[in-house]
Amino acid sequence: MASVTLQKLTKSYAGGHLRAVNELSLDIEDGEFLVLVGPSGCGKSTALRMIAGLEEITDGGIWIGDNFVNDTHPKDRDIAMVFQNYALYPHMSVFDNIAFPLQIAKLPKAEISKRVVEAARVLELEQYLKRRPGQLSGGQRQRVAMGRAIVRQPAVYLMDEPLSNLDAKLRVQMRAEIAQLQHRLGTTTIYVTHDQVEAMTMGHRVALMRDGILQQVDTPQAIYNRPRNLFVAAFIGAPTMNLFHATLTGSGDTATLQLGSRTLTVPAAVTGQRPGLARHAGQPVIVGFRPEDVADAALRPDLPAANRLTATADLVEALGSDVLVHFGVDAEAATVHSSDSLQQIKAASGTSTAIARLTPRSDVRLGGTIELVVDTERLQFFDPATGDAIY
Amino acid sequence: MATARTYDPEALRAHRRRRDNSRRLRHFILHLILIGLLCVMLYPVIWMVFSSLRPEAEIFGDMGFIPTHWTLENYVRGWTLFGNKTFGLFFINSLVICIFAILGNLIACSMAAYAFARLNFKLKWFWFAIMLGTIMLPIHVQLIPQYIFFLQIGWVNTILPLVVPKFLAHDAFFIFLMVQFMRSLPPELEQAAVVDGASYWQRYWRIILPLTTPALVTTAVFTFINTYNDFFGQLIYLTDIDRMTVPVALRTFLDPSGGQSSFGGLFAMVLVSIGPVLGFFLASQRLLTKGIATTGFK
Repeated sequence: MASVTLQKLTKSYAGGHLRAVNELSLDIEDGEFLVLVGPSGCGKSTALRMIAGLEEITDGGIWIGDNFVNDTHPKDRDIAMVFQNYALYPHMSVFDNIAFPLQIAKLPKAEISKRVVEAARVLELEQYLKRRPGQLSGGQRQRVAMGRAIVRQPAVYLMDEPLSNLDAKLRVQMRAEIAQLQHRLGTTTIYVTHDQVEAMTMGHRVALMRDGILQQVDTPQAIYNRPRNLFVAAFIGAPTMNLFHATLTGSGDTATLQLGSRTLTVPAAVTGQRPGLARHAGQPVIVGFRPEDVADAALRPDLPAANRLTATADLVEALGSDVLVHFGVDAEAATVHSSDSLQQIKAASGTSTAIARLTPRSDVRLGGTIELVVDTERLQFFDPATGDAIY
Repeated sequence: MATARTYDPEALRAHRRRRDNSRRLRHFILHLILIGLLCVMLYPVIWMVFSSLRPEAEIFGDMGFIPTHWTLENYVRGWTLFGNKTFGLFFINSLVICIFAILGNLIACSMAAYAFARLNFKLKWFWFAIMLGTIMLPIHVQLIPQYIFFLQIGWVNTILPLVVPKFLAHDAFFIFLMVQFMRSLPPELEQAAVVDGASYWQRYWRIILPLTTPALVTTAVFTFINTYNDFFGQLIYLTDIDRMTVPVALRTFLDPSGGQSSFGGLFAMVLVSIGPVLGFFLASQRLLTKGIATTGFK
């Protein structure tokens, strides 16, 4: 096991005009599970491939443990990699696929057999060792790819979207299995995904990238509750955070927020936690609230009546455990532009759309009027000029 | 507006009968045309088969199929035309050249293709273009300088001029065929092997080569057919009767100066010489079409 340190890691193309990875600096602790997440083309896979040694480094440095590995051959970096398409050798049996790195390392046959059988036992693949990859299901192939990685007992695992070829149900199962396996083995793992649910559920920490630049690195909960900027706020969370242009008036105990035609009170606790808000008093801000921070007023009498708003349910999506209600807000939506960001859709009434996540007990019907209440203690504020969070 | 419809099973059956009859008639006419074309193409072959089984004097006297006198004398005479040097020797000579040509092409072309498809080196695309350019060169342009070269190094009247170039990736078409096939293999397969510590040779030998089996089989089949049927090269380089191959030996049945030709023996030995090609093709056809199960990439 080893720590991994990236210092100003940069990858440029077209003579430096295009930067796929731009001065990425990260310290990944020994035994940590770090998830690199971001939209397509954000540079996360390129960064991983540079760590693996499969991509040349334009600038910056990589350390694995105490070793500077920029010019080290991939085989000498003490890493194992799981690819998106598993990269299993179709002409070899499962046993030979798992044993391949050990055979290349010329380990004794008895040792190879022992290690492969042990890996197969851990991954519940013992009965499939004689089969070819083409005779396995997607989940089993994924396990074989994991087996080939763990059998080497490397210092670092690198995983490049290993679950993206699986169906939704299997993905949920496999992500739990990978997280458990990493916990059991305690090996440093860098996991690349574009799926923010995988990022939130699997990693000790999440590093979010956009256009080659690291946006935030933190624990999943911290990144969810205290996003550093608009992009992070919009990317993490499904459905995405509701983001609107608003005007902040007053400060301290008397702060209020003008959101379209509505006025919401901002609790003193919020202004206390975010002293930066004082500088924005009387100025436009971008306010964000997550769908679960909007409740059916009838079911949350504890929340202040001043923060209630009456809306029409433009769309109702019953998910079983929750009900997602799309409703109009007469305020300008704040948009986050990126390759796969969610663009705000204008509601039929000419207003912007917000989404509330209500409990199934809520009596809401499509086209019906519903009284909602916003939990203003959980409001997020962003500077409209820079997109940075206001703290 | 909805229209009233009634179900009449008798009318439906009559309609089906008419449709089936029309389809049968179309198929019958089509098959008749195809059988006619087949007969035109097969006539010379069938005529040759029967001619090889009739006495020499009857061959051009009767253009019908069935011989009046059945005999195997053409086979006996053809096989032993050169006295103690039987046609079996020519088969062995041909097969030896074919085996070396196949081995040479499989080894050298696959290695060259791996380099072009997977490795990065200076002026790669320039050399690839040069290699492709050699496909366009007619064999007659290459023949004279090659002959002079092989004559100077004393290789004429040996099988070396026919075999050694194959071990030097001489057949650009097969290199191109394998390059295209290797390029279609997912690069992650090799990258995974790189991370696992495999050398260039191990990646070529253990990963790429087994997955290129369909292209290798195609190369083997066509190398065999091309080499076995190669008359021109073998005629030029092999002058000694001991080294003669099947196509060159077949030529000796005919006397181009208008003297005595043995058409019966020629037909008989032509039929015998088809055997190995047919056998090789039938044996490898299964591999050719089956390829290798490449599922498991995803």
